[in-house]
Amino acid sequence: MKAKIVITPKKAVLDPQGKTVQNALAYLGYQGVSAVHVGKYLEVELTGTDAAAARQALDEACHRFLSNPVIEDYRLEIVE
Amino acid sequence: MHFAVLQFPASNCDQDAVHAVRVLGHTAACVWHKETSLGGADAVIVPGGFSYGDYLRTGAIARFSPVMQAVQTFAAAGGLVIGICNGFQILCEAGLLPGALIRNRSLQFRCEYVFLKTATTNSPFTHRIPPDQWLRLPIAHGEGCYFADEATLASLRAHDQILWQYCSAGGEITDGANPNGSLLNIAGVCNEARNVAGLMPHPERACEPILGSDDGRLVFASMIAALENRRPAAAA
Amino acid sequence: MTEPAITPELVAKHNLTPEEYAHAVEILGRTPSYTELGIFSVMWSEHCSYKNTKPLLKTFPTKSPKILVGAGEENAGIIDIGDGIAIAFKIESHNHPSAVEPFQGATTGVGGIVRDIFTMGARPVCAVNSLRFGPITANGESDISNLKSEIANNRRLFAGVVSGIAHYGNCFGIPTVAGEVYFDKTYQGNPLVNAFCLGVLRHEQITRGAAKGVGNPVFYVGPATGRDGLAGAAFASQDLTEESAEQQRGAVQVGDPFMEKLVCEACLELLATGAVAGMQDMGAAGLTCSTCETAARAGTGIEIELDKVPQRAPNMSSYEIMLSESQERMLIVVHKGREEEVKRIFDKWDLPWSEIGIVTDTGHMKVRHGGKLVVDIPAKKIADESPVYQREAQEPAYLKDVRAFRLDGIADTTTPAEDLKKLLAWPSIASKNWVYRQYDHQVRDGSVVLPGSDAAVIRIKTDSLPVMSAELAAKVGDPKVSEKLIAMTVDCNGGYVHLDPYEGAKAAVAEACRNLACSGALPLGATDNLNMPSPLKPELFWQIKESVRGLAEGCKAFNAPVTGGNCSLYNQNPAGPIDPTPTISVVGLIEKPEHVTTQWFKDEGDAIILLGDAVDQADPILGLGGSAYLQVVHGKKNGSPPRCDLEVAKTLHTTLLGLIQSGLVKSAHDCSEGGLAVALAESCISQLVARETPRLIGVTVDLTSVGRASSRAEGGAENGSSGASPHRLDALLFGETQSRVVISCKALDAVKVVERAKLMGVPAVQIGKVGGDKLTMKTAGGEFSTPLAELHDAWWNSIARAMA
Repeated sequence: MKAKIVITPKKAVLDPQGKTVQNALAYLGYQGVSAVHVGKYLEVELTGTDAAAARQALDEACHRFLSNPVIEDYRLEIVE
Repeated sequence: MHFAVLQFPASNCDQDAVHAVRVLGHTAACVWHKETSLGGADAVIVPGGFSYGDYLRTGAIARFSPVMQAVQTFAAAGGLVIGICNGFQILCEAGLLPGALIRNRSLQFRCEYVFLKTATTNSPFTHRIPPDQWLRLPIAHGEGCYFADEATLASLRAHDQILWQYCSAGGEITDGANPNGSLLNIAGVCNEARNVAGLMPHPERACEPILGSDDGRLVFASMIAALENRRPAAAA
Repeated sequence: MTEPAITPELVAKHNLTPEEYAHAVEILGRTPSYTELGIFSVMWSEHCSYKNTKPLLKTFPTKSPKILVGAGEENAGIIDIGDGIAIAFKIESHNHPSAVEPFQGATTGVGGIVRDIFTMGARPVCAVNSLRFGPITANGESDISNLKSEIANNRRLFAGVVSGIAHYGNCFGIPTVAGEVYFDKTYQGNPLVNAFCLGVLRHEQITRGAAKGVGNPVFYVGPATGRDGLAGAAFASQDLTEESAEQQRGAVQVGDPFMEKLVCEACLELLATGAVAGMQDMGAAGLTCSTCETAARAGTGIEIELDKVPQRAPNMSSYEIMLSESQERMLIVVHKGREEEVKRIFDKWDLPWSEIGIVTDTGHMKVRHGGKLVVDIPAKKIADESPVYQREAQEPAYLKDVRAFRLDGIADTTTPAEDLKKLLAWPSIASKNWVYRQYDHQVRDGSVVLPGSDAAVIRIKTDSLPVMSAELAAKVGDPKVSEKLIAMTVDCNGGYVHLDPYEGAKAAVAEACRNLACSGALPLGATDNLNMPSPLKPELFWQIKESVRGLAEGCKAFNAPVTGGNCSLYNQNPAGPIDPTPTISVVGLIEKPEHVTTQWFKDEGDAIILLGDAVDQADPILGLGGSAYLQVVHGKKNGSPPRCDLEVAKTLHTTLLGLIQSGLVKSAHDCSEGGLAVALAESCISQLVARETPRLIGVTVDLTSVGRASSRAEGGAENGSSGASPHRLDALLFGETQSRVVISCKALDAVKVVERAKLMGVPAVQIGKVGGDKLTMKTAGGEFSTPLAELHDAWWNSIARAMA
């Protein structure tokens, strides 16, 4: 079992990296991009089998440690 | 006065902070992050560096060190705590200071002198700084862009918690003077109780004329004077 | 695991010649195992053995009473700076890895040199670098799309290397205080990345990379070994080609400055316990080099067990473990019975450690893996009996044309103001603030003169030194030492060296020492980095040989013995070899804080004095050979470079230093690329007060009577100037005649300064006054005046614009 966690900057937070990538995409001719947000992807390998318990624990970890709620949002997914 | 200078893995301004305190004629000692006591210090410096390699997020891992529990207790009891650069990031992560520090808008590390306007002298960190003197201090960071949401910014202003803002040589708060994109040109803030402060510039690198500026002394001198004023009161 | 059979093809793949292989068989008395073949391959690569350059390197001056650890003895040389304090410093290249992956190539370059310094027991206190890339601007050439993509690639390499250096140095917490960057076509595809580090220690703290004490345990500390950078030393010792680069890409070493910081702190803490008998970093050829060299130095043997080596990847073979170049690892020999101290300290820093072997008296390096003996080599023999080649040298044909080059047909300048602006904006001359503002150059509280002046100056204070053992502390007593001021610079104009390797190399040393003199420092010693093309072609080996001859004479003349360095050969790109680039870094001592001098003008009304001949009239091309001016304005990189008379240079430096020490000099800036006009302009615009706040201070100079009046010039004018008018304005303003410095002093002191200089035999003339907001020059060709803001913008923002 593993957890996939995607952390992205909150939409309200200045994201110079995303902006730079967006500009580069436009420069390279990729049209129709309205915004880019550069975040982080974490893959957490788990030993247990209880998905609900894992979700609860990792949800807390995301909130408390893995993301900073002042500037980041996260999405958590548990997969077999 | 005695200062505790926290030492995390890959703190790298810890010895500079100790040196600066000694230059001012006081004592300081490094306190290893696994310690649970601050060794009876009168004040705490959370120094700059790349604690835990800045991995995950700047300051994110360091805040969980055992010593940070001691700092929380010390701060809750009114003790003076100052975070410099990475130390500021750690204090924000730890919730001891409002807001967060994100990547510089240039996406590059910046090391250069900046001018700082002291926005309020009503704090133990600024009360000895002449309000019309712009501090000339060095910065050295890749993630020093101060961010907080509107409500937090409004609260910072309402409670006079913005301590320093990046300014031009003439003392104006301009975009050109802002090295990292910080909101409101914020370089440093304090908590509502006014005993915990953080700033991105490095006062400890500017305490001797041979290094090009000794404006940083004013920050430490403010803290020392505040502590000295407190002492008799505490004794009484 | 079956090991491949040793065939001639396999031997050739390991870059060993049949003769070298035969010698290896002779040393072993049998056919080597696969792992042993790999070990011979790296130990006898140029990178580790200097087999092609050793005879040349022997000609360097390496002795001085101040040298505590000399060239070739250890990982870095060490020089006494008084009061029981010493400095350890060295420069090293990471050219080939940076061509493959600029960011990681540069990080591991910095990491390697920093490790070399703390391995000596010193605390690293500052870093310097010397970089070369292909052009990042079109520079007048027709902007064809192909060129554009090359420029884009040069920018990518430049940006990658700079951010790699910044990432590693900033995180480790070492200030990067100085450097140089040149851009030239010859480095396209083969950038040069030379990293220098300096550390400080007390004499008693010098640590040797020797496996001393039979029976002492051998520890491995630092992160686990992976398959990264397999045999990087061998890679660095062959021609850089698309194929070799592609092969290497799969195995790029990754630098982890966080880990290095912990390893450094833990090692210094461990050294203070006195438990360490010897220490060596695992750099090139990792475990192989470190075990072999430590045993060879101590005259002992060493036996290690590979199953005990921490491993990051599963099923690694003995070949892979021995040759891996995973970063930030150290080999430590500990006094028997004191193992617990290693464990305690490395546990404290959460660092992996493992006791992997023992020092023996067999003289052999023995390696066991899975219960089998996989390596059994006489350590001293493999280290000492590396092949040495006397390569053939032949003067290259192109030099005939170079020497015949004259200024006929090159019109003198009629637009000096325009030309000056072009030169200031030329990336090799332009301000490097885009680079150094990405480096933390102030951490460690020691940076006295920041990047942007002739040389960096740092101060060494008591708490810069590594922690002492209790025993040493008792012996030293009061640990306080008076602060020391150390100046350092790194220089080399590869274009000059290409046009005349001997003169060019001398000029590199002279410039480095001139930069030190301008900062108020007297040279202590030097470290060199020979960035050269293939030694196997006689014309190219001739360049190497002549460069070394020039460096050696220069270092002798300035009393700057070479304490160590690095050779990087086989630097080339598809278009041909690089310009030979013998980078030289010279370190000097400044006696008193008040002698620290910077290049920018200080106060209105100060007098400006030119020390040295304005134009070398004995040079038929008047100091314009190889000049930035000919390259930028006329598109020519040709002509013999300005002659470098070491006696003249030495007299200038001694005189300047004397004037500085008498308190007469307020600013000093040497004339190098771009000549007098650029030196003057830089003295007006290079002081930075704070972000976006330069301090601009103007000048008015009168050069109408300069350039023809000096005594030395008159003698030379007759035999020299074939075809060139001795009064060419371009030669006066932009010529790069050697041994010139622009200084400023109080107006009242001007006469005294000029007289004292002349008395010492240095031509000196007051050329103007500081003041105003323009650079105004009166010349025989007319007067021109440019607002400083314009000059500053061209110079300060040029690289940032190219990189935007």
